[in-house]
Amino acid sequence: MSVADEATPAPVLRRRWRREAIGPLDYSRRLWLRLTFLAALVFLYAPIITLIVFSFNDSRRNIVWRGFTFKYYEKALGNESLIEAFTNSLTIALLSTAASVVLGAMVAVLLWRFRFPGKAPLEGAMALPIVIPEICMGVAMLAFFARVGWPSDLIWPFNLGSIIIAHISFSFPFVAMVVRARLANFNRELEEAAKDLGASEWETFRDVLIPFMRPGLVAGGLLAFTLSLDDFVITFFTSGPDTVTFPVKVYSMVRFSVTPEVNAASTVLIVITLVLTALAMWLQNRSGQKAEELG
Amino acid sequence: MTESAGIGGAGGKPIISIREVSKIFGGAVTAVDDVSLDIHEGEFFALLGPSGCGKTTLLRMLAGFEIPSLGQVLLDGQSLDGVPPNKRPINMVFQSYAVFPHMSVFDNVAYGLKITGVDKAETMARVDEALELVKLGGFGGRRPDQLSGGQRQRVALARALVKRPRVLLLDEPLSALDAKLREAMQLELVRLRETVGITFVIVTHDQAEALSMANRIAVMESGKVRQVAGPAELYEYPNCRFVADFIGKMNLFEGRVTGLAGNQITVQVEGLGEVTLPAVEQAEGEVGIAVRPEKLRLDREDPGAGRIAFRGRVSEVAYYGDTSNIFITDAAGRAVSANIQNEARRTDSHVAVGDDLWCSWDPQDTLVLTG
Amino acid sequence: MESWRRNPLVFWVINLPPSLWLLFFFLIPLGLIWIFSFGEKRGVVDIEITWTLANYLRAMDPLYLQIFAKSLWFTAITTLLCLAVGFPIAFGISFAPAKWKPWLLLAIILPFWTNLLIRTYALIAVLRTRGYVNFTLEWFWDQGNWLLALLGLGQYQLLGAQFEALPLLYNNFAVVFGLVYVHLPFTVLPLYAALERMDSSYIEASLDLGAGQFRTFFTVVVPLAKAGIISAVIITFIPALGSFLTPDLLGGTDSQMIANVIERQFKSANDWPFGAALSFILMYATFFALALRALLARGSSSMEAA
Repeated sequence: MSVADEATPAPVLRRRWRREAIGPLDYSRRLWLRLTFLAALVFLYAPIITLIVFSFNDSRRNIVWRGFTFKYYEKALGNESLIEAFTNSLTIALLSTAASVVLGAMVAVLLWRFRFPGKAPLEGAMALPIVIPEICMGVAMLAFFARVGWPSDLIWPFNLGSIIIAHISFSFPFVAMVVRARLANFNRELEEAAKDLGASEWETFRDVLIPFMRPGLVAGGLLAFTLSLDDFVITFFTSGPDTVTFPVKVYSMVRFSVTPEVNAASTVLIVITLVLTALAMWLQNRSGQKAEELG
Repeated sequence: MTESAGIGGAGGKPIISIREVSKIFGGAVTAVDDVSLDIHEGEFFALLGPSGCGKTTLLRMLAGFEIPSLGQVLLDGQSLDGVPPNKRPINMVFQSYAVFPHMSVFDNVAYGLKITGVDKAETMARVDEALELVKLGGFGGRRPDQLSGGQRQRVALARALVKRPRVLLLDEPLSALDAKLREAMQLELVRLRETVGITFVIVTHDQAEALSMANRIAVMESGKVRQVAGPAELYEYPNCRFVADFIGKMNLFEGRVTGLAGNQITVQVEGLGEVTLPAVEQAEGEVGIAVRPEKLRLDREDPGAGRIAFRGRVSEVAYYGDTSNIFITDAAGRAVSANIQNEARRTDSHVAVGDDLWCSWDPQDTLVLTG
Repeated sequence: MESWRRNPLVFWVINLPPSLWLLFFFLIPLGLIWIFSFGEKRGVVDIEITWTLANYLRAMDPLYLQIFAKSLWFTAITTLLCLAVGFPIAFGISFAPAKWKPWLLLAIILPFWTNLLIRTYALIAVLRTRGYVNFTLEWFWDQGNWLLALLGLGQYQLLGAQFEALPLLYNNFAVVFGLVYVHLPFTVLPLYAALERMDSSYIEASLDLGAGQFRTFFTVVVPLAKAGIISAVIITFIPALGSFLTPDLLGGTDSQMIANVIERQFKSANDWPFGAALSFILMYATFFALALRALLARGSSSMEAA
C-alpha cells in the first residue's frame, strides 16, 4: 500500500513542472479557437478603428498617415447643415424617448398585471414593430403621412413631428420588453404590503411600483434613445428636405465620397452611443446586483 | 465476496497506480496534493471525503478529463500521460448520468460500440446483454425523458459497462437518488461488480455508502489522502483525528503521554485522570484519546478496575428505535455520547435525563490518535 | 395576474394610450400599404383601389423573381457564414473562465451598438479600390517584387507588370461581406445562450465512450444545441433578408436586394402599389420564417426536457 508518506516534505519543487497542460475540455485554451476569436475581433473592429484613427489624419486622400490634426472636427463643426442635422437628431431622440418610456411602461404594466380578452393578439401586435423589416415600416409611414396630408411646412421643431411619431412607434415596444423583464422579478407582496398599510391604488403605484421599475425605465429609455439616434431606414422615408437627421445627412455625404469630415462626425456619434450603452449596461448590472442582494 | 476477506486487498496486482500526483488549478488552487496510491485488479475502491477534498478531481484525472500538474497515472504499468479520454480503456458513470437526451436508450448504450466499429449483430447482442444486466431489458426503444432518475442511472451504467472497460469510474452515483433506492442500488452495484469482474472506483462523500460497498477506501481531506484501508480497519483503527471523526461517530479526549513501560503507555487525560493503554507507535507528547459510542457501557455501580471510567449525569436521551443515543455530561461539563442497543421490548426508558451513571470502556477499545 | 374587471379604471388608463398609438401610427399605416398593394396607379400620386392582383403577379416577373432569388441567396450565404464563424466563437466563450465570459461577449456585441450606417461606411473605406485592403496588398506586391529583384528574377515580372487592385467594392462580394459584418453579433448571442446552458458532462460522456473531439461535436454538441442553432439562423436570416443599406452602399448595379427595389418604387419610380405588394411579400417571408422557428422549436423542446 502506498499512501503518500507525509513524514517527508512534498518534493514539489524538485519535480519537473509541466506547463499547465490543456485538458480535453479546455476549449478556450485551444490555439485554433483563440485565433478564430482574434480574427473575428479584427474583422469586427478594424474598420471602425481605422475610421476613427483616420478622422485625425492630416490628409484629404485619407490613405496614408500624414500627422495628427483636429482640422476635420473643426470643419465638421463649421458645416452648418451637418450641425443642423445633428440638432434634429438629438431633438427627435429626446422627444421620442420621453414618449416611448411612458407608452412602453404602460404596456409593460398592462401585460404584467392584467388578464383580459385579446391579450395574446395585443402581445403579438406589440412585437410586430420589432420583427418586421425596417423597409416595410418605412414605406408604411411614408404612405400614411402622405395619405393623411400631414403638414410639412410647420416651424421647427414641429416639422419633425412625423419622424418623431415614427420613432416612437418602433421604440416603445422595445422599452416595454425591457421594463417587462424587470417587472417579472417584482414581488407582488410588496404591493400588497403597501395596500395593507393603507395606500391607495395610485399611491401604491407611485411609491412601490415606479421605484421598482426605475432601472428598467432608464435602461429602456437609453435603448430608445440609441435606436432613435441610429435609425436611418425609417427616417429616410419620413424626412423631408428641411428635416434631415444626422444619419440621413451622412448617407447623402457618403453617396458622394469618403471624406475625413464624415469620419470626424461619425466618431462623435460612435462616442455618444458607446457612452450611452455603457451607462445602460452599468445601470442594468447595478439593479441586477441590488435585486440579488435583496433576494 | 472473496476480496473483502483480506483487509487492504494487497494481494491483487495494481491495475492503476497514482504516482505523486498533484493538480493545481490556475497555478493557485491545489485540488489534489501529492497523492500516491495503487488500485488493484478486481477491487471495489472508494475515494471518500467531504466536498472540495479533491476526490472528484482525482477521479477525473483517471478518466483523462483533467491532466495532472505533477506526477503521473499508470494503467497496467503504462503511463497514461498524453492519452486522451477517448483512448483510455476506462469508462465513467457521471454524477448527472449524462444520458444523451437526443438518443434512445439503445442508441445511448450502443454509442460507444459504434465508435469502436463493432459490427451490427454484435452490437445488438452486447447492448441487449448490458441492458439485461442492469435490469432494463426491453427498455431499448425508450427515450431518456421517459425514464426515472434511477432508470437513467442504469442506462449510464450499461453504457459504460458495454464497453468492457478495464476500470469503471463512478462519480457520486447515488447522490441524486432517494434513500430507499440508494440502499437498493448499493447492493446492486456490489452484485454487478461481482458479476462483471471489472475494477470499480467510486467517489462518494457518504461514509456509510463507502463502508458498505467498497473493499478498500481512501479517505481524502484538502487534496491529501489521509488513510487507505479496508472498511473495518478504517472504522476500528483510524490513523488520525480527521479519519476518526469523519468515519462514524467518535468521542474524543485530549491527553498527554506521561510514560512508556513495555507495551503499555500512560496518558494523562483531561477529566479522566491517568489511564493506561496498549502502546502505539510514535505516541508521545499531545495525543487524542478516542472511543466509539457503541463501545461505551453505562452502569449504576462502579465498573471496577480494568476499565477506563468516569462518573457523569445523563443530559439527553435520543431515541432511534433500534438504538438510543445517550449523552452523559461529566463534572467539567464535557458531553460524551453512548450508543445503547434497545434489546428488550419496552416503552419506558431505562435511562432517564438526570440519572447519575458510571460510563466506562475497555482500554483495548481505545484509540490513541497522533495525527 | 388579475382579471381586468377587478380594476377597470386602471386597466383602461394604461391600455388605451399605447393601444391607440399602435393602432393609429403602426397598424393603420401597415393596413394602408396592404390596401395599396391591391390598387392601380392613376397619375402621379393617385391610387385607385381596384382589388387587382396585378401587382403581385408582376412580382412574379422573371426580373423580380431573380431579385428575390438573389436576396434569398445572399441571405442564405450570409447566414451560413455567420453560423460557421459564430459557432466556434460562441463555443469558445461558453468554455472560457467565468470572469472572462461577460467581457468576451461584450467584445462581440459592442460593434452592434455602433450606427449601422457608420459601420457600412467604414467598410467602404476598407474595401474600395484605393482602400486599406488593396493598399496593404499593394505593399506586399512591392515587397514581393523587391525580393524577386534581389533574387535576380526581377525581369520576369512574376507578379505582373503592374499591381492590380482587387475589385472588392460595389459587387456581390462586398454585399455578402457587409451582411456578415453587420449580422455576426446577432448569430453569436443565441448560440452562446444554448451552449452555455448545455451540461458539459454530455461532451465528457461522449469522449469517455471513445468518440474523438470531431465526432463528439457532430453527434452530441450540434444536436443538443439545435434549438440555439435554429434561433441563430432565424435571427440572422430575417434582418438580413430585409437589408437595404448594405446592398445600397456596398453593392453594384447587379447586387440589388428586395428592399432596394421597394425603395425605388416609393422614392423614384413612384409606383406605390407595386412597392406595397413587394413589401408585403417580404413581410410574409418574414412571418413564414418566424412560424418555421416556432414549429421547429416545439419539435426540439420536448427533447430538451430530458
